[in-house]
Amino acid sequence: MRQNKPLLGEDLKVVNVGLSLFADTLRSSGTPVTDVDWRPPAESDQRLTKTLRSIQKRNASGHLNIIDEANRTAHQRMLDAQPALVDVAPAGEAIAGLEDRTLLHAGPPIEWPDMCGPMQAAILGAIRYEGWTHTDTGAVTALENGEITLQPNHNFGAVGPMTGITSPSMPVFVVENRAFGNRAYCTINEGIGKVMRFGANDDTVIQRLEWLQNGLAPVLREAVQSAGGVELRPIVARALTMGDEMHQRNVAATSLLLRTLAPHIADASSIGNNVSDILKFLADNDQFFLNLAMAIGKATMDPTRDIPNSTVVTAMSRNGTEFGIRVSATGDRWFTAPSLMPQGLYFPGFTADDANPDMGDSAIIETMGLGGFAMGAAPAVVGFVGAGTFQDALAYTREMGEITVGRNPNLALPTLDFQGAPCGIDVRKVVESSITPVINTGIAHREPGVGQVGAGIVRAPMACFTQALEAIDQLLSETANA
Amino acid sequence: MTTRNLALKNSYRDSVELMRLSQELEQMSGVQGATIIMGTDNNKAMLETAGLLTEDGKAAAANDLIIAVRLSPADDEAAIMNRVQELLDSSGRESEANASSNQPRTIDGALAALPDSNLALISVPGQYAAYEATKALDRGLHVLVFSDNVSIEDEVELKNHALNQGLFMLGPDCGTAIINGVPLGFANAVPRGRVGIVAASGTGLQQVSCLLAAQGHGISQALGVGSRDLSDQVGGAMMLEGIRVLNDDPNTDVIVLISKPPGPMAQQQIAFALRVVSKPSVVCFLGMDAQAPNIPNVYFEMTLHEAANRVAGLLGDPTDDTSPVLPSPEMTLLQEISDGLGRDQRYIRGLYSGGTLAYESMLFLRDLNFDISSNLDFPLVNSIDDDAERTHKLIDMGDDRFTQGVPHPMIDYRQRRERILKEATNPEVGIILLDVILGYGSHADPASELVPAINEARLLASAAGRQLAFIVVMCGTSDDPQNIQKQAAELIAAGAVVVPSNLQGVSIAAALSVGDLEMIRGWSQ
Repeated sequence: MRQNKPLLGEDLKVVNVGLSLFADTLRSSGTPVTDVDWRPPAESDQRLTKTLRSIQKRNASGHLNIIDEANRTAHQRMLDAQPALVDVAPAGEAIAGLEDRTLLHAGPPIEWPDMCGPMQAAILGAIRYEGWTHTDTGAVTALENGEITLQPNHNFGAVGPMTGITSPSMPVFVVENRAFGNRAYCTINEGIGKVMRFGANDDTVIQRLEWLQNGLAPVLREAVQSAGGVELRPIVARALTMGDEMHQRNVAATSLLLRTLAPHIADASSIGNNVSDILKFLADNDQFFLNLAMAIGKATMDPTRDIPNSTVVTAMSRNGTEFGIRVSATGDRWFTAPSLMPQGLYFPGFTADDANPDMGDSAIIETMGLGGFAMGAAPAVVGFVGAGTFQDALAYTREMGEITVGRNPNLALPTLDFQGAPCGIDVRKVVESSITPVINTGIAHREPGVGQVGAGIVRAPMACFTQALEAIDQLLSETANA
Repeated sequence: MTTRNLALKNSYRDSVELMRLSQELEQMSGVQGATIIMGTDNNKAMLETAGLLTEDGKAAAANDLIIAVRLSPADDEAAIMNRVQELLDSSGRESEANASSNQPRTIDGALAALPDSNLALISVPGQYAAYEATKALDRGLHVLVFSDNVSIEDEVELKNHALNQGLFMLGPDCGTAIINGVPLGFANAVPRGRVGIVAASGTGLQQVSCLLAAQGHGISQALGVGSRDLSDQVGGAMMLEGIRVLNDDPNTDVIVLISKPPGPMAQQQIAFALRVVSKPSVVCFLGMDAQAPNIPNVYFEMTLHEAANRVAGLLGDPTDDTSPVLPSPEMTLLQEISDGLGRDQRYIRGLYSGGTLAYESMLFLRDLNFDISSNLDFPLVNSIDDDAERTHKLIDMGDDRFTQGVPHPMIDYRQRRERILKEATNPEVGIILLDVILGYGSHADPASELVPAINEARLLASAAGRQLAFIVVMCGTSDDPQNIQKQAAELIAAGAVVVPSNLQGVSIAAALSVGDLEMIRGWSQ
């Protein structure tokens, strides 16, 4: 049993929930008081309010609060994560079960006909890149006949940005969570311009993928192995103090990684006369680290899956049509709702009318407490994501603190007095507070092949969380009645 | 001296932040020297020179965080290293100045801003109160639930939950408390002193604490436990806890318990508890039917006024000067008012904002065999729904039926003003009895509401050739924000009789009703 402090004799410090009149009185008498801007839970939805109360009662059914305990376990596992880049290898080699003629895509499961334009285009490009068919019409036929299997990255321990296409020949970062022994995978960032992640698929896109596969990946593989792997937690922690939030801004982390790998790259036997090309590619791409950050997110979150009674979100992801979340207690089940449109800034010549709905596995970064959750760490991002002033950025991070289990002291945010990034999204808190996770994101053109048209922020749809809440309530009542 | 190194793997921290943490660590008692630093070769060399490096530290890599501490042998090493870990974990806590720029949306958000908060004051709509209270209890906060409309099942659950964790759960429907000198909810500015109160009745607590203040006696703690705490279902859970805590409280000399009649089982529990209390106790369970148990050093009193007097008697002479806050009404004035009432104007209209005061008045008049209608549920009292005009009426206007969608009558006088005007046209109504509750949370200037209504009512009555008696029970202290002297002076100027105690008020009303001021001759001095 917890030993709480007695009330009498202590100086009162009050949390006021309700009439702010009472907070004013306390303040005028010099008593410290925090006045909660309280609103009815779940936006006054009576059914959800009952579900929240029902779950609260289930929580108290054990000696300890069973849900809180399970969530603390999930949170501790996030804090204990020790992600390291251990290899760069072809996806087909690195990812167990990724068979020939299988493509992985971002987000929750989706059928070919339901995919948005950019994702379909990326798939056609990937099929051409793999050489499975030589024409797009052939590729469409093969897809329609089920000769090519489409699966979510998340089913294979993988994640991919935007369209997120992973094909067997593509090289992937292999990130191992050394504390738990699990591995996660993410393709290598293609750079900017016409890229497959935004649905471009012409010959220049394929050629770049081939260079990644044959020019860059072998060198990176050798460098990573020669370095004995690269510990990633210190790089992320340091980059946070240098103004990155790991989703919209990765320039510091990319530089730190490059600095670590540069001597090993220079020494790589496979590099031939490629040195300047490779260093230039890495130097020109501020977001090179993004894909690693995603693999870190996946490697960090996977050990939090399948904890009985835990209401912590283990993955958030979007397939360009639907947004999906997974929750620890409910295992592999996805709770989905239509993706929302990002709010943001557009490149010259583009407007919100050109934007595709929110897309990509990159929200795994927010799931682990970075990106939008660490917005306060990245003053430079604020304008880019349309968040307004720096105070607004701090407010986003504080707001995310209201829906998370705790902080991650390993990811300290200098602008918030070195407070840890908020992490461990609790479904209960999201529904109760009506605060949905905020995600920093790039914006893809709705038409295939055009590419990125802007960047901004997007919210996870509330419906994902309300469905998850009801499923957990159901699950708990079944457990209780079993 | 022993030197200890702890290496945290892959734990990058900013070097300036680490210098600050090192400094804090050095100031910790038992620590003779300390550094927190990243494990680079340079840093390790510096530690070595300073004599702060051990084998554990030597093994650290550049990305590892080394905590190096030198301890005197006598100190509890494990405790200090635990504290070091805590320091690291909590180093990332936003400063209050920074965090206060932000209004949190949830209790958790508030705790992030003010982590050592110890009490949650909850006044959300009733259907959400149990949810918020449970969250607060789960976070180790004591809780005061001001909200009403919480189910009794939830109340029982919340109170059990709180007791299991050593926490107070005051309320639901707890209107007032004074904890460690801080008034919460509706409470008066009473001095700190030696009297500890536990009350299942908000205005009862206010009345007794104000009457004591007027006699120079202050409050150590006043705990409102909610109106249903002494029902058999709740079993007096929090009153029992309050008795236990006040009995152990070195600042409390006398314990006062206030409630409407308890359930028989709860009353028995309280009686058991009082038998082992080492301090004198005064119990005012209004309308308690059963014979008061005979317990040494426990005084059962029938009214709030007598309870306050008993406490004052137990405490002896106050040290402070105690000139009365309100002047007593002169008998000649009362006689004048009595003479002004017509022979048919015998009915009393008690329009109360304080439920317990209304209840006390009802008991008093019932014991005088007055024929009463009320919205208070009590044997031999007519329901207000019968709308019988030819009875005395005692109305608790804080009842749910009057407060749907409008503020409580302690804050909003509109419904009472309208009611005063309505009663003024009734030829058989002579005496209008009102309570005015001053203090924090209440209306800022009640006289500004009541004086115009009284004047208008007098005009209406005099148009029909009648006069009216207004009796105002003013519950407050001279430190209350409303300025009690000014409030009383304005009401007296409007012809109202103003008294500090409800028992005085209802006694005067009764005496005027029967036209026999001999009943109250003792009161006026």
